[in-house]
Amino acid sequence: MTEPTTTDPKAYLSHLELGEPDKTFLDTNELIINMGPQHPATHGVLRVILKLDGEKVLGTECVIGYLHRGVEKIAEHRTYTMFNPYVDRMDYVAAVSNGLGYCEAVEKLLNVEAPPRAKYIRVILTELNRLASHQLWLGTHALDIGAMTPLFYTFRDREEILKIFEKYCGARLTTHAFRIGGCLYETYEGFEDDVKKFLDFAPPKIEEYEELLTTNRIWLDRTKNVGTISAKDCIALGVTGPVLRASGVKWDLRKAQPYAAYSEFDFEIPTGTNGDTYDRYLVRMEEMRQSLRIIRQAVDRIPEGPIMAKVPKVMKPPVGEIYHSIEAPKGELGYFIVSDGSTQPYRIRVRPPSFVNLQALDIMVRGQLVADVIAVIGTLDIVLGEVDR
Amino acid sequence: MVSKLKGRHGTGIREASSYLGQNYMVVESSIITDVLQVLRDQEQFDYCVDVTALHYPNRERQFDVIWILYSFPRNERIRVKTMIADGETLPSSVSIWPTANWLEREVYDMFGIRFDGHPDLKRILLPDGWKGYPLRKDYGIIQQDQEWVQINLGIESGQ
Repeated sequence: MTEPTTTDPKAYLSHLELGEPDKTFLDTNELIINMGPQHPATHGVLRVILKLDGEKVLGTECVIGYLHRGVEKIAEHRTYTMFNPYVDRMDYVAAVSNGLGYCEAVEKLLNVEAPPRAKYIRVILTELNRLASHQLWLGTHALDIGAMTPLFYTFRDREEILKIFEKYCGARLTTHAFRIGGCLYETYEGFEDDVKKFLDFAPPKIEEYEELLTTNRIWLDRTKNVGTISAKDCIALGVTGPVLRASGVKWDLRKAQPYAAYSEFDFEIPTGTNGDTYDRYLVRMEEMRQSLRIIRQAVDRIPEGPIMAKVPKVMKPPVGEIYHSIEAPKGELGYFIVSDGSTQPYRIRVRPPSFVNLQALDIMVRGQLVADVIAVIGTLDIVLGEVDR
Repeated sequence: MVSKLKGRHGTGIREASSYLGQNYMVVESSIITDVLQVLRDQEQFDYCVDVTALHYPNRERQFDVIWILYSFPRNERIRVKTMIADGETLPSSVSIWPTANWLEREVYDMFGIRFDGHPDLKRILLPDGWKGYPLRKDYGIIQQDQEWVQINLGIESGQ
């Protein structure tokens, strides 16, 4: 008989070198509390054990794995094509990006390249998805901090993107939009008009979000100098995406190692200076505008031609391994695929941005208030489906 | 870079090559810490992208452990690979890149490979009391720790 798994939070924190509580006239005791796994502000099932001195955080420990489905194990028992829809279920608010990364990785392994038209369709849908992901982040993050209105605004506008997805491939969230070698579906009648309509529709809406928050006194108080992280710490902890950029590192895989058709478009990489929650907010707002810029260029220049490269029906990539990564809305999303020459991958390793970024939570919240933990979890923009896989 | 490392370690660098335009090297497990340290300090590989493993049950040294590194100044990637047998341990790379903390924990969780000097080596995705390492090839896809499921969840099967 094994002992039941311990649920005592103290056991988890025993290894941390935690500071002593401040001596005050009240002689407060250290308090260890559980946040989650069922907690609305953890964006899923994340359990954070907090060690507190009054309201000050002395240390944290994340307990994850509640959504573990063994995606990497499943991959070894499916063919390359069969595994394609599974990747959508990791970061389920940015399913299109997941699919793009996976398809491109397998294409590299097979040594095929998607046709130009397919690449453009991929860019348009992926950038729309980045926008949808950032909108969802903004709505929930603001709700956590106490602003309820942005949630309704962002969900209202995100709907327009999901409608385009639905018209394109029939699904709104887990889209399975791309196939290995290109796209399965040609754009529907009126796709370009829909996208263009959205491009005119979105900018004033982003202005609207900014009006609500950017100079809002309460928003500033809750986000300025909260959860600050330096560029050095970001790199040491492997943090990528908007969090890294808000700390002042101008690094985006779309520019650094361009994939799909990104080298053909003109766009900026927004960066911040302080690396606090407010800067991360500004970076993501600007990223939304840059995404619109990319979509506009792509839709204007979309070439004619085939949408699917010649790929064998039974895919047997030659023996070898490949690492391919893309700039997902949350950071670097990588696929490490090992082929043994058969129809099934020998191993697929997913390098999830949320998992690695979540590791930075501890140093971001030490010395801050309990309420800031909520703000920092929100600003890291994690999706537990991807953390736990 | 490779010749510099070879000069330092001689035959410890077993292979340095590239496949589909991606560089990788295979090194002996005894010099892995030193190689990683040199790559970070002298070759500017300042960002550890991923640590992962592979299982080949029919080989004498069953496991490949792989570090995927990236250099911001050079805009380059490299994979460093080493082989170990079941039950052997590897030195932890947490002191070189703090990000390796959770990544090594996941390798331990899924493959049962231990890292010496890791500050807190325990399971990360699976519960603490779980038996078995799911990403080993001899672990079946529907296999699970029945006993753990019965005690902790109070049900016959988690399926």
